[in-house]
Amino acid sequence: MSFALTIIDPGIATSVQDQGRFGLRRFGVPQAGALDPLLLRAVNHLLGNPPGSAGLEILVVGPTLAAGERPIALALGGEISGEIFCSDGSRQNVTAWHGFVLRPGERIRIGAVRRGTAYLAVSGGLQTEFSLGSRSTYRRAGLGTALTESRLLPCGQAQDHFTAPPWQNETGAIRLLRGPQHRHFTDEAAAILVSHPYRVASNSDRMGLRLKGPILNHTSLGAECATEAVLPGLIQVPADGQPILLLADSQTTGGYAKIAAVISADLPRLGHLRAGDSLDFRWVEREEALAALARERDRFALWQQRIGRAFAAIDAAALYGNNLISGMTAGGDE
Amino acid sequence: MTAPDRRLDWLGDSAMRLELPAGDDLSDSRRMRHICHKLDEMMAAGQLPGLRELVPALRSITLLFDPQQADPESWRDRLLALAEDGPDQSLGDRIREIPVCFDGDFSPDLSNLAANTGTDGRTFIDRFLAAPVQVLMLGFLPGFAYLGSLPSHCQAPRLATPRAKMPAGSVAIAGSQCAVYPWESPGGWNLIGRTPIRLFNKADPTAPVWLRPGDRIAWRRIDRATFDSWPA
Repeated sequence: MSFALTIIDPGIATSVQDQGRFGLRRFGVPQAGALDPLLLRAVNHLLGNPPGSAGLEILVVGPTLAAGERPIALALGGEISGEIFCSDGSRQNVTAWHGFVLRPGERIRIGAVRRGTAYLAVSGGLQTEFSLGSRSTYRRAGLGTALTESRLLPCGQAQDHFTAPPWQNETGAIRLLRGPQHRHFTDEAAAILVSHPYRVASNSDRMGLRLKGPILNHTSLGAECATEAVLPGLIQVPADGQPILLLADSQTTGGYAKIAAVISADLPRLGHLRAGDSLDFRWVEREEALAALARERDRFALWQQRIGRAFAAIDAAALYGNNLISGMTAGGDE
Repeated sequence: MTAPDRRLDWLGDSAMRLELPAGDDLSDSRRMRHICHKLDEMMAAGQLPGLRELVPALRSITLLFDPQQADPESWRDRLLALAEDGPDQSLGDRIREIPVCFDGDFSPDLSNLAANTGTDGRTFIDRFLAAPVQVLMLGFLPGFAYLGSLPSHCQAPRLATPRAKMPAGSVAIAGSQCAVYPWESPGGWNLIGRTPIRLFNKADPTAPVWLRPGDRIAWRRIDRATFDSWPA
C-alpha cells in the first residue's frame, strides 16, 4: 500500500516546488523553487518534514486532492483554507497553520489564495520525481512533475502533525543594494526608485515582476551591458525605463543594466506580490543586508520553537483521537 | 570591497562578479574555461568555503555564495590573480555536428538577411555554413549556447519586435552571434533554420547539456525529408 494523493483538480497556477535547483546555472538552468522558500519550510515543519522537502505552491487557486489507501497528513501555510469532504458526506473546514490528516475515502478542496502565495505540505514531503537534483517545477524545460487530473502525488507515511502561529514575513520598504551597473543610471533615477511606489504589472510571472512607475533614466552608458549572470532579486531596467525584478524562474544570464539588488532577507516577500500590488524601496548598505539576514534566521529559529511548545503542551494522541487538530468528524477506516 | 577594484563588484549580498578585460571572443572564451576550471578545483579542495556555484559568461564570471558561510572579501586577491592568467592553450576543443534544415517555413528571416547583405538566400546559407563558430558561453535557457563569432557578411541586428514564439530547434542570428534554441521561447534573433536534435537531456544531472563552452560547431545541411524522419 502506497502513500499518495490523487489529483482531482490541479487548481490554477499550482506547482510542485522545493528549495530550488542549484549548481546548474552554468548550463543555463534557472534555480526555480518556492517563491517564498522560508514559508514552504515553515509549512513542512508542521509535519516534521526535512527543511528541503517539496510541497505544492499555490499562486491562485489550490487543488482538489483525494486520499488513497493510507492516511496522509497535510498542512497549509499562507492566507488560504480548505474544505474536507468526509466519507460520511459531511464537510469540515481546515485552516492554515494546523496540521491535519486526510483519511482514505476523503477529499480536500483547497480554496483560492486570499492574498500572496500559499503552500501545502504533505507527510514525508512530496515524493515526486527529481529532475536534475530537485523536484521544483520549471515548465519551459519540462523539469519537475506537471500537475494533471488523476495523477498520483507520492507522499510519505503520516507521522506527527503540529500547529503553530503563522510564520510572517517582515513588513516595510523592500531593501536594496546598489546594482552592478549603477553607473548606467542617473543619480535622479536612483533617487526616484526609492521615493515613488512601483506597481506590479499584470504580465508578471515566476520569472519576474514587471514594475510600473516613474521612468528610470539611463546615463550615456545605456540600457545594455555585456551578457552576464543574473539572479533572483536583481532589478534590471530595459530602455523603456520600467524596472523588472527577477524572481525564482529568472533566466541565468542577461544583458540589461541592473540598477539594484534586493537583499536576501527580503527576497521571500517578493514572492507574494501580485498585479496591482505596489511596493516601496529603500537603499541600504551591505552591513544592513547581512544583519537583516541573520535576524531572519533568528526569527525563524524562534518561530520553530513555538511549534515545539505547542506540541509539547498538548497530548498529541488525545488531540488526534478527539479530532481537535483537524476538526474532522469520524471519517473512513484506516 | 574595502578598496574597490573595478574588476570585482557585488551582485547583491550573495554574489560577486569578476570582470575580465575584453579581447576577441574566442580567446576570451578559452580564458574563461581555464578560470572556471581553476575555480572548480579550488572549490572542490575546500579553498572557497561557502561558495555555492559559478556562472561563467564570456567576459565575467559570477560567484554565488552563502552570505552567512562565506568570507568573499578573503577571496579577492586570488580572484584578481586568476584574472591575470592567460588562456590555457592546452584545452582541447570538441567538434559537435549540428544538422540544420533551411526549409522555407523554418527560415522566415533568411530572405531579409540575404537582401541586407546584398546576396540571395542560397549564398547566405553557404556563407553561414562555411563560417567557423564555437560555443562562447551558455545561458538564458537550459542548454542555450551562444555561438560566435560570425563574419560581418553573416551578421544581423536583432529583430525590432521579438517573436512571441521561437520553436525549439530554431537556428538564429543576432549581431555577431548565432544560437540554437533548445526550447520554445520568445526571442528576438533572426530565424534562418531548424535542427531536429535535442540540446538538453534532463536525465543526466552532471552534464545535461549537449554543447559546452569551447565546442566547435560543424553545421550539416539536411533536407526536409531528413528533418521530418529524424528520430525523436
